[in-house]
Amino acid sequence: MATFPEYIAQNEERDGVRFSWNVWPSSRLEATRMVVPVASLFTPLKERPDLPPIQYEPVLCSRATCRAVLNPLCQVDYRAKLWACNFCYQRNQFPPSYAGISEVNQPAELLPQFSTIEYVVQRGPQMPLVFLYVVDTCMEDEDLQALKESLQMSLSLVPPTALVGLITFGRMVQVHELGCEGISKSYVFRGTKDLNAKQLQEMLGLTKPSANQGRGPQSVQQPLSNRFLQPLQKIDMNLTELLGELQRDPWPVTQGKRPLRSLGVAMSIAVGLLECTFANTGARIMAFLGGPATQGPGMVVGDELKTPIRSWHDIEKDNAKFMKKATKHYESLANRASSNGHVIDLYACALDQTGLLEMKCCANYTGGYVVMADSFNTSLFKQTFQRVFNKDVQGSFKMAFAATLEVKTSREIKVSGAIGPCVSLNAKGPCVSENEIGTGGTCQWKICALDPSSTLALYFEVVNQHNAPIPQGGRGAIQFVTQYQHSSGQKRIRVTTTARNWADAQTQIQNIAASFDQEAAAILMARLAVYRAETEEGPDVLRWLDRQLIRLCQKFGDYHKDDPNSFRFSETFSLYPQFMFHLRRSPFLQVFNNSPDESSYYRHQFNRQDLTQALIMVQPLLYAYSFNGPPEPVLLDSSSILPDRILLMDTFFQILIYHGETVAQWRKAGYQEMSEYENFKHLLQAPDDARSCCTPFPMPRTEHGGSQARFLLSKVNPSQTHNNMFSWGQESGAPILTDDVSLQVFMDHLKKLAVSSAA
Amino acid sequence: MNVNQHTPMAPPYGQPQPGYSHPGYAPLDGGYSGPYAPYNGPASAYQPGAPAQGPTRGPPTSGPPPVSAPQAYNQYSQGNMQNGPPPMTQAPPRPAVSQPYNQGAVNLSGPHSGYPQQYGPQPTMHQVTNQMTGMQITSGPPTPAGPGYVAPRSSQPSISTPYSTAPPPTYTQAPPLTSSAAPQQPHPSGPATSQQYYGGPPPPAQQPFSSSLPPTSQQQFSSGPPPPSQQTFPPSSFSGPVPPPSQAPAPPVSQPQQSFPPTQPPFSSAPPPVGQPAFHSGPPPPVQGSFPPRAPAPSSQPGSFPPPGPPPTSTASGQYPGPMPPQQQHPPSQPSPYHSGPPPLRAQMPPTSMAQSNHLPPGPPGPLGPPGPLQQAPPQPGMQGGYPPQQNGAFGQVRGPQPGYAGPYPGQPNYGTPAPAPAPAPAAQKRLDPDAIPSPIQVIEDDKAKSTEPFTTGVRGQAPPLVTTNFQVKDQGNSSPRFIRCTAYNMPCTADMAKQSQVPMAAVIKPLATLPPDETPPYLVDHGEGGPIRCNRCKAYMCPYMQFIEGGRRFQCGFCSCVTEVPPHYFQHLDHTGKRMDCYDRPELSLGSYEFLATVDYCKNNKIPQPPAFIFLIDVSYNAVKSGMVHIVCQELKTLLDHLPRENPEMDSVVRVGFVTYNKVLHFYNVKSTMAQPQMLVVSDVSDMFVPLLDGFLVNVKESRLVIESLLDQIPEMFADTRETETVFGPVIQAGLEALKAADCAGKLFVFHTSLPIAEAPGKLKNREDKKLIGTDKEKSLFQPQVNFYNTLAKECVAQGCCVDLFLFPSQYVDVATLSVVPVSTGGSVYKYTYFQAQSDQERFLNDLRRDVQNPVGFDAVMRVRTSTGIRATDFFGSFFMSNTTDVELAGLDCDKAITVEFKHDDKLSEETGALMQCAVLYTSCSGQRRLRVHNMAVNCCSQLADLYRNCETDTIINFFSKYAFRGILNNPTKAVRETLINQCAQILACYRKNCANPSSAGQLILPECMKLLPVYLNCVLKSDVLLPGADVSLDDRAYLRQMISCMDVADSHVFFYPRLLPLMKLESGSLPVAVRNSEERLSKGGVYLLETGLHLFLWVGASVQQELLVNIFGTPSFSQIDPSMTSLPELDNPFSQRLREIIDSFRAQRSRYMKLMVVKQEDRSELIFRHFLVEDKSCSGGASYVDFLCHMHKEIRQLLS
Repeated sequence: MATFPEYIAQNEERDGVRFSWNVWPSSRLEATRMVVPVASLFTPLKERPDLPPIQYEPVLCSRATCRAVLNPLCQVDYRAKLWACNFCYQRNQFPPSYAGISEVNQPAELLPQFSTIEYVVQRGPQMPLVFLYVVDTCMEDEDLQALKESLQMSLSLVPPTALVGLITFGRMVQVHELGCEGISKSYVFRGTKDLNAKQLQEMLGLTKPSANQGRGPQSVQQPLSNRFLQPLQKIDMNLTELLGELQRDPWPVTQGKRPLRSLGVAMSIAVGLLECTFANTGARIMAFLGGPATQGPGMVVGDELKTPIRSWHDIEKDNAKFMKKATKHYESLANRASSNGHVIDLYACALDQTGLLEMKCCANYTGGYVVMADSFNTSLFKQTFQRVFNKDVQGSFKMAFAATLEVKTSREIKVSGAIGPCVSLNAKGPCVSENEIGTGGTCQWKICALDPSSTLALYFEVVNQHNAPIPQGGRGAIQFVTQYQHSSGQKRIRVTTTARNWADAQTQIQNIAASFDQEAAAILMARLAVYRAETEEGPDVLRWLDRQLIRLCQKFGDYHKDDPNSFRFSETFSLYPQFMFHLRRSPFLQVFNNSPDESSYYRHQFNRQDLTQALIMVQPLLYAYSFNGPPEPVLLDSSSILPDRILLMDTFFQILIYHGETVAQWRKAGYQEMSEYENFKHLLQAPDDARSCCTPFPMPRTEHGGSQARFLLSKVNPSQTHNNMFSWGQESGAPILTDDVSLQVFMDHLKKLAVSSAA
Repeated sequence: MNVNQHTPMAPPYGQPQPGYSHPGYAPLDGGYSGPYAPYNGPASAYQPGAPAQGPTRGPPTSGPPPVSAPQAYNQYSQGNMQNGPPPMTQAPPRPAVSQPYNQGAVNLSGPHSGYPQQYGPQPTMHQVTNQMTGMQITSGPPTPAGPGYVAPRSSQPSISTPYSTAPPPTYTQAPPLTSSAAPQQPHPSGPATSQQYYGGPPPPAQQPFSSSLPPTSQQQFSSGPPPPSQQTFPPSSFSGPVPPPSQAPAPPVSQPQQSFPPTQPPFSSAPPPVGQPAFHSGPPPPVQGSFPPRAPAPSSQPGSFPPPGPPPTSTASGQYPGPMPPQQQHPPSQPSPYHSGPPPLRAQMPPTSMAQSNHLPPGPPGPLGPPGPLQQAPPQPGMQGGYPPQQNGAFGQVRGPQPGYAGPYPGQPNYGTPAPAPAPAPAAQKRLDPDAIPSPIQVIEDDKAKSTEPFTTGVRGQAPPLVTTNFQVKDQGNSSPRFIRCTAYNMPCTADMAKQSQVPMAAVIKPLATLPPDETPPYLVDHGEGGPIRCNRCKAYMCPYMQFIEGGRRFQCGFCSCVTEVPPHYFQHLDHTGKRMDCYDRPELSLGSYEFLATVDYCKNNKIPQPPAFIFLIDVSYNAVKSGMVHIVCQELKTLLDHLPRENPEMDSVVRVGFVTYNKVLHFYNVKSTMAQPQMLVVSDVSDMFVPLLDGFLVNVKESRLVIESLLDQIPEMFADTRETETVFGPVIQAGLEALKAADCAGKLFVFHTSLPIAEAPGKLKNREDKKLIGTDKEKSLFQPQVNFYNTLAKECVAQGCCVDLFLFPSQYVDVATLSVVPVSTGGSVYKYTYFQAQSDQERFLNDLRRDVQNPVGFDAVMRVRTSTGIRATDFFGSFFMSNTTDVELAGLDCDKAITVEFKHDDKLSEETGALMQCAVLYTSCSGQRRLRVHNMAVNCCSQLADLYRNCETDTIINFFSKYAFRGILNNPTKAVRETLINQCAQILACYRKNCANPSSAGQLILPECMKLLPVYLNCVLKSDVLLPGADVSLDDRAYLRQMISCMDVADSHVFFYPRLLPLMKLESGSLPVAVRNSEERLSKGGVYLLETGLHLFLWVGASVQQELLVNIFGTPSFSQIDPSMTSLPELDNPFSQRLREIIDSFRAQRSRYMKLMVVKQEDRSELIFRHFLVEDKSCSGGASYVDFLCHMHKEIRQLLS
């Protein structure tokens, strides 16, 4: 048998699933003692170019409460043409089309290598993609110009059949009617008044004449476009011109005021427009924000410049008077959008905050993107925005819409909840646990937007009672059924079925410990912690996190009571404390030095990215470039900062290139310009080359030394500080001016607490 | 002044009664009858009595004369009756009075009948006029002889004789006729005489008369052929003539009087008529028969009495005319009717019976006193029997009497005695000669003739020429009458006097009036940074009434007497007369009207105003597009935008423009000059209106020309296929208002709207037109706005200086009363084009629009009227808004808007200083300059009522009354408003009669010279569509007129109420033909007439018009080929056509609204509309004729006097 790491890697590769435990404790009681819950990170659209297209529909278990999909784990009686559901043990007849089934003629879904399989459903109309641009016009001309260019560029990336629409806003909100000849038309709404879908429908004249309904077959074929959302091929020129003519919001902004920006209403109208025209069809609202909403529902700050936008400090003091109301406004919008399968992307480019804190749910609930930059006129925005329209090897957009994820479990285990860019569909069922973790109480979630890296954390609860032992060799199975609208307009169903062995925790604790996936566990715990941090007070979360870590150490550590020095952790756990150390310091849990918007942004990204990216976020990667050898990863530690090195740090959100003191001096002296020092020139270029080949989303910042070094200094483990600098001598590294504890100190304390009998 | 001889008439009657010497009486009767008749006539008309007369009436129009003649007879008889009954009559009349009107209104026939009688009485008319003339001559009534008139008394007698003669004849004739009708015997006798007369007299013009009454009358006439002309003016002689009648009747006198009573009774109650009819029925079975006798008498006479008949018929008509100038006209027409179908007419008209009744009653009533009973029983017998004799006697007497009368009259002894009682009676019975009652045309023409010199305003208390007169004004310290006209240029010194006289003290102010090219517009005065110099206390502006004292260092305010320091920079030495040396260099010291440049202190928010903006808001709903309105507006705007108002014609206008279209939602347009194509911004959230854009909405026309043109081309296209029928209205105005607010400027909204705003939005309306409410106490609610929304909105508009002009194109009820709230409160105008059709209405609409857009206009105006101590401006009428009691706020003020201000005493005025008023209007000019226009006006004060009455201006009074009444209907039942008007008018005249007129018999109607047209004009107000709607007048029309009148100036209101009717048979270049009075009787079948009301222009073509005229005007020789739907005359190359079109163009140029030309062919259906404007006639909605009303008014006055 392959080692666990190999098994884990294989599972992830094939199914996009990583479990915290790969052998499950067989009873509820034991499971709770494992500290880290049985949970998984699941990437529904894990890129699988090798998957064959299955052009028929899945075969479902006939039990109404089960409806599990036929999978390789099912027992099949080829002679009787029966199959037994591995979740509910219902015996099912194969449908007539499976008449030719036999041991040698198995449908793909029964082949073990197709534990993940994708069905393409042929029925139903093919829905076009819908893109609705919501564009802020309250920004500097330069910014607006850049944004206009990006938008026009995007038109060349959108398929010609896609429906596009344009809403612009400033003090007013304008819904543009597309394809008008000779005169450009738009419907204007005041930015201070929210409208419900019905009002909007009436005001936009989208009410369908009821007389049409009686006209029979013709009316069935409802036009898939309206005046505001039209196929790009029809209005390409018009829209390009329209975008070209976009002017800065003309209303005067007096000295000392912010422009009046009706973001809240604009979003509401965008949501309403799609709601009444393309309900339950994948659609993407792309909102480009140049600043915070300053009026109307959803405003996050007044228009007086002297009143700054709320900070964490204000929020703690309960001094953010618009926050609650605005949050409520955007939450209701997010709920409306998500229930209709619409995505909201937020592209916020401003030096100050734009209210992402209040609006985060729009993206979080719908799976939309959040991009935060200083200006639309930055490559960060431009490239990131371009990547939204990236295509996979088959030429399809890397985006899927209006997905629902359903989880089916064996009887012994139930699903407690999910954390990720999803909303509950409130589907109760036999596999729904009573304990809720994250978005729980359901076995189905709506994920309005999926891309290949979108990852959900799913938490399970072992419900098998201690006194009901599971027979040897029994396996717990979990099936993920993801239905979604492919970017081609097809409806597809991806089914992943996976199973893990049960083990008695009392007798086979080693097995279980060995199956621990510390990376997955760290991220799963981090998501939990972030989820808690969003809903609870910060310090409590840290304390909770610490306690969990200590308990884990107590449970799986090897030590003598009250002897910290005797503490040993097995290899499968060894990195876990370090992850927790960096997690504690991360912006996901620490709000110090971050604005509320930034915190929301970081958390948003953390909650949707796959394990690898999440790990980078928690513990940035640090590479060293020097004349001493090829680039090498080095410890994220202050000791790695050496004068003759160039460091490249990848935190996911930014890529930082740091020139050591000596290198910086050489560069200043211009050695790289001299032919005899070409090797130095190459050294300087190396990180830049490396940077350009990494393609995380969003595009990270690049910072060259100087003042930006603080980002590096804040991330590395402060093993040398002004406090202990002399004790370490001067041989290496750079001291960090901080009072933060270093990893060493953290570990010492952890050991002490873990072995303490008092704990 | 003109004393209507009624009074005299009465007296004569009275006299006759007492001293009835038959002879004397008879003549008197003749004369009296005349006068009486008028009174009675009207009375009868109003009252039930009318019936009898009514019938005659009917005929009158066509052939009133004949009828009248008979009536006249009756009247005579009545006249006689009256002598007896007078007292009775008086009593009854009063009560009747009110009823009479109603009845009158109801019973058209009644009034008609009255008319006939009146006609008969024509003499009375004369008397009236005589009196009038007399009045004119001597300020007091006594020496009636006006300047023009011959010595009243002396002449009177002589004249009277002739008159008396004339009347008598008629009477006599009538009697014969009547007699003939009822008892044939009488006829014979009568006829015989008549015949004889005829035979002899026929030849003369009197022939007509002679035919009917011929003999006697003729004789008389012959004796006094001058009659016709004299008759008209006879006024002076009136007394003379009058008496004669009374005398003539003398014998009959008693009868006449009695008859009068009867008539009165009718007035008082219906019974009379009944009674009369009854009588008639008895004798008349005859009604027709009887009539025929009468009217036909002449005409029929021919038949019955061959000899007289034939000649009479023709002569009859002629004869009638002969006697009465006016009649002459009638006669012609009358004759035909009579002849053709006199019977039918009579038959139709109860009047006929009335006539009979009259006849009958006279006999009996006279003696009995109580009209009803008397009439019935005695009348017939007595009448018939008595009549002939009476008449005969009367006639006979007449001749004699007349002379005698003349004596009596002058002496007035007769009058005096009988006067009180008889006067009323006679008046009622006799039919007034329309030519004898004050003629507006005459007054207008007289004024024109008189006003050859420029009018200088320097003399305080001098009444200016009439508005109908072309005159030049020289400003010498008081404002030109073009800016301010007062009801009275001699204000009573005390409140008591004012109350007693009931003459309203008001001024009609048209602050931005356009002056003719030969007059200088107000000078602009700049007092520098400190702003205009004002009195410290009352804040009056520097004006010629400020008295400089202490060597010029201080000045004393003429208004409040406060002394204020003269600022150093304004100091100037005084000359030896105490005047400043620079007095004539400074407009504010020497002129009545001038402007100050306002400083920033006079600006809203202390900010120099932005140039104003014009916003065009166009309805693009289905109806608007279909009617072609949208297309027309858009086309027109393309050129019109080059003509936005500007002060310096060399420069481009600074006015910015914006465009909005709307149906259920609003579409704003961004027409910024930098854009390649216009941008449409749809605002569908009409519940909470806002302006979706700022930059690019209001633009400079020149800069954005291309974009605007592209937009205007596209609008009709874009909505060509619209199916939206619902519209909003409130949000449309809100939108414009918000746009102006956003641009921080004042401006004007041009709203082009088609339908009742029923779409869900603020200001949504429902159809509430309910004909059932008309005439009820709830009628007033129909004039009130349906919802309060628009009042609030109007207030906001005014605060922003947002003036709204509304162009309506309704095809059904749109609730003008509500929609016009905002325009009216913001100084805007409402234009209505019902059933708008591009082809026929385009010209009118476009001309209105052009004028409205191009007119000089001021914005964000505040007007305040300051007065000298003693009076105070208490009430204001017009299109504006008032948030307090003194400041008139006008969001917009154009050159056509007038504001009527009423003054009340709050203290005594002194004759020495007079009363001063200063109207200051602070406004933003169309170039964005803040200015103050100041108009000063000083009038005299008087302690004698006579002075007050001598310096009044009736046109202005009518302007005030109409506005007062039209506002009154908002809160009072229409009927009550009408009665109030009548009462006040009666009080005014009664006060004059009582305090200023020479003592004369109470039966005499005496009108002050300046107010002699008051009754006719007031009647026009009373029967206007607003106060007395016909069945076909929609509520919208009434509301529309109501608001329009509210801001009319005197010239417009004058022509509106008394349209100008020009005969076009002969046109001379350089001068207009003399207008004729607004009565069908004045129209000749062979003629073409042009009628102008200020809103409409009619070209009436007689059925037997000369071919030459047709060819000249229409280019066709055939009457039937005239296309009645044409709205402009063909341009023919002949002097006549050119001149006619010139006249039409000049008329249009005079009015603020373009008048669409309607060609009305006689006897075409459209003639009904035309007839509606013949305001001296009875209207089909029940409005009284002039004659009837005058009689009614007289009765009212008499009641007041007694």
